Amino acid sequence: MEASPNQGISVNVAATAGSAATRENFASIPLRMRVSKVDFYYGSKQILFNVNMGIADKRVTALIGPSGCGKSTLLRTLNRMHETFSNSRLEGEIQLDGQNILAQDVTSLRRRVGMVFQRPNPFPKSIFDNIAYGPRINGMKGAIAELVEKSLRHAALWDEVKDHLHKSAYELSGGQQQRLCIARALAVEPEVLLLDEPCSALDPISTAKIEELLVELKSLTTIAIVTHNMQQAARVSDFTGFFLTGQMIEFNPTPQLFTTPGDPRTEAYITGRFG
Amino acid sequence: MAGSRSFLSRLRDGDEIARLVTFLFAASVVLITVLLVYELWIDSALPRQKFGLHFFVTTVWDPVLDQYGALPFVYGTLVTSAVALLIAVPLGIGASIFLAELAPARISDTLQFFIDLLAAVPSVIYGLLGIFIVVPIMREVIYPVLNKPLGFLPIFKGPSYGVGFLTAGIVLAIMVIPYIISVSREVLLSVPRDQREAALALGSTRWESTWKVVVPFAKTGIMGSVFLALARALGETMAVTMVIGNTPQIAASLFAPGYSIAAVIANEFTEATGDLYLQSLIELGLVLFLLTFVLNGMARLLIIVTTQKGSKVTN
Amino acid sequence: MSVRLRWRKFVSNFMLTMTGVCAVVSVAALFFILGYLVYNGGTSVNWAFFTQLPKPVGETGGGMANAIVGSAKLLLAASLFGVPIGFFGGIYLAEFSGAKVAGVVRYAADLLNGVPSIVIGIFAYSMVVLPFKHFSTLAGSFALGLMMIPITLRSTEEFLNGVPRTLREGAMALGASKWKTITTVIVPAAYRGILTAILLALARVAGEAAPLLFTAFGNRFWSPGWGQPTASLPEMIFRYAGSPYEDWHREAWAAGLVLLGFILIINILARTILSRGIAVPRS
Repeated sequence: MEASPNQGISVNVAATAGSAATRENFASIPLRMRVSKVDFYYGSKQILFNVNMGIADKRVTALIGPSGCGKSTLLRTLNRMHETFSNSRLEGEIQLDGQNILAQDVTSLRRRVGMVFQRPNPFPKSIFDNIAYGPRINGMKGAIAELVEKSLRHAALWDEVKDHLHKSAYELSGGQQQRLCIARALAVEPEVLLLDEPCSALDPISTAKIEELLVELKSLTTIAIVTHNMQQAARVSDFTGFFLTGQMIEFNPTPQLFTTPGDPRTEAYITGRFG
Repeated sequence: MAGSRSFLSRLRDGDEIARLVTFLFAASVVLITVLLVYELWIDSALPRQKFGLHFFVTTVWDPVLDQYGALPFVYGTLVTSAVALLIAVPLGIGASIFLAELAPARISDTLQFFIDLLAAVPSVIYGLLGIFIVVPIMREVIYPVLNKPLGFLPIFKGPSYGVGFLTAGIVLAIMVIPYIISVSREVLLSVPRDQREAALALGSTRWESTWKVVVPFAKTGIMGSVFLALARALGETMAVTMVIGNTPQIAASLFAPGYSIAAVIANEFTEATGDLYLQSLIELGLVLFLLTFVLNGMARLLIIVTTQKGSKVTN
Repeated sequence: MSVRLRWRKFVSNFMLTMTGVCAVVSVAALFFILGYLVYNGGTSVNWAFFTQLPKPVGETGGGMANAIVGSAKLLLAASLFGVPIGFFGGIYLAEFSGAKVAGVVRYAADLLNGVPSIVIGIFAYSMVVLPFKHFSTLAGSFALGLMMIPITLRSTEEFLNGVPRTLREGAMALGASKWKTITTVIVPAAYRGILTAILLALARVAGEAAPLLFTAFGNRFWSPGWGQPTASLPEMIFRYAGSPYEDWHREAWAAGLVLLGFILIINILARTILSRGIAVPRS
């Protein structure tokens, strides 16, 4: 029950006694990233167990589940951010465009797979310099102003800040700062954008703005988002993976997972019986 | 009931007495400090009246003619401190980056422990090492290396006797490095993790994330550590006295012997004959006090501002 | 991998290695100092050093017994003067005072802490030497005691404030007066930290020479009582190191070794007390 490289995504439902494994093939949607047989340990404690999934190209894939289920941990392996902790250990394979990211250079990987964090974390610089940071370290010299404008437009922030580009990023509101972080991540033109509960620290209006944004952004870049808000996942994503205690229980196209979940645990979660 | 009331009031009095007594001790601290500043001011009245602000621009220091000017000492104090900072700041910040960003916690703590011990070494011992180790090295190694090729530059001109501004600056540098390292390390450790992670997630190398994001975030606190180090360097007496050459002159060359405020007070205080002489030395002490007072105040402000910034939750 | 990326990675590895070099160099200074002291002073430290008086100029041998005793007396009197002020002042700040008064006292203490030691010497000179018209152990102790006050004050306040509320409330609920609570419960709970601070303050002033130059001044002989000028280790090191006599240089190294050894031992002792002990006794 796996997808082969660049072929369609197939649905992954944990086979439990008594439930029939379902397989549907969306052969026309290629995968950008593939996670194969991934186990993850922090020290001696195992956090992820045999995770297999695909991230569909130019689509939004959501990871949901109760707190502590490992969804953020999995997201962070996709750009090898787990390596910032010295006693983390990953086993298995993760591919980007068919190549194992664990064997590549991590600095160039992270340019291709960007990340937006749970709390907005702009640098103590101006709005302009925040966005220009990524392009500058990659050697871009001219044409930065255009890139900054383009990124801010994509993040639906341009109109609000276009006359204040040299003000400190800290003068923006929380929602604006998070859109700034999205713009900053987009400025290096990543192939995949990872978002780790990007709205959990924000008010409902900012949240709504960012959700709108995500649906538009997927034509630009592949998106994977971790969220503890099921309605959010249902609203913005094309595919959803449900996690529970470090295992992926079910992975299906979003409408299907939410209306006719294949696994009783998924159903229990989305109907609010726990989590 | 009369009996329990007197018992209670005795208890209360016990607390009242305690409060009063401890207050007196606390108040004495304030009193002492006020008295110190007052004494410095009063006991420098003569030269302030006689020389006024002229004191700070005169280069003459002549006990025989009873003419006193502070300029050579202010110059020496500033030059040696500047040299010390030029050496200590890059070394200290580099070391603090290593301790805060790279070294695993145990190694970082162990090294910090040794750095703290370095800060505990008294000034006279630095002076001792200065006289017998740094001075010969200056004469035989550093001077030839710098003077031969670069002797045309005013700062490297002239002969070297081993003692001088550069020697004092080097010894001071070793003395102030621990302050820069301890404070900078702490402010770097207080930078929120997600700043570094944001930089790395954009495809920065470790150095880029450290140098372009983490260090700038902490830069106010690091500046604070530099001010602290400067305050220490300015007031440093023994080590400087032993290696600066004790010559009240203003010279462009770093190899020339000079004098500092603290050094001249240390050397001449007990031999000062006459009130004007003694009080001129005390006025120098007042100047030193004011300089370190301002610097320490600024340092504390800068350090507080940075560590608060780190814990601020954005909007 | 592009050329630019290769360069960036090279720069990263190089600069990070350089920071390691900075750290090693900084720490190495300590071992270098210790090494030289042991090497040069080790041979000169002998029984005579601890028991004999300095010999007149030109004669070899002798020791620094008077300086050792002098330093001991200075430190003793300094502690008797500075520690109670700092300690009881700290109790006032932590237990009794309002915010405004506390702010003023703390500011004064910080200011005092930042005063260069030579200026403290000037102050002690005006306060103790001038009225009595000569240098004395008392004057030197006054100067050193002043320097001990800020550290003791701030640390006492800090460690007393660190004692958990539950301990205080437990005692007061049993009917103990405030003072009784302080003496029987709070101070004992915080004693480790306070003791550490006192030891560190002691270690710091033990090495000071500047404030003694015109207070205790110096003495080639014993100093009876407290009213006479006295030798001390730091002051002797200063005078001997600056002298032209080879023999005196050796003595200076020996004194340096003894002094630094004393200071480092106290430092290590103080830090071990603090890290080993818990500030609050477990029930």
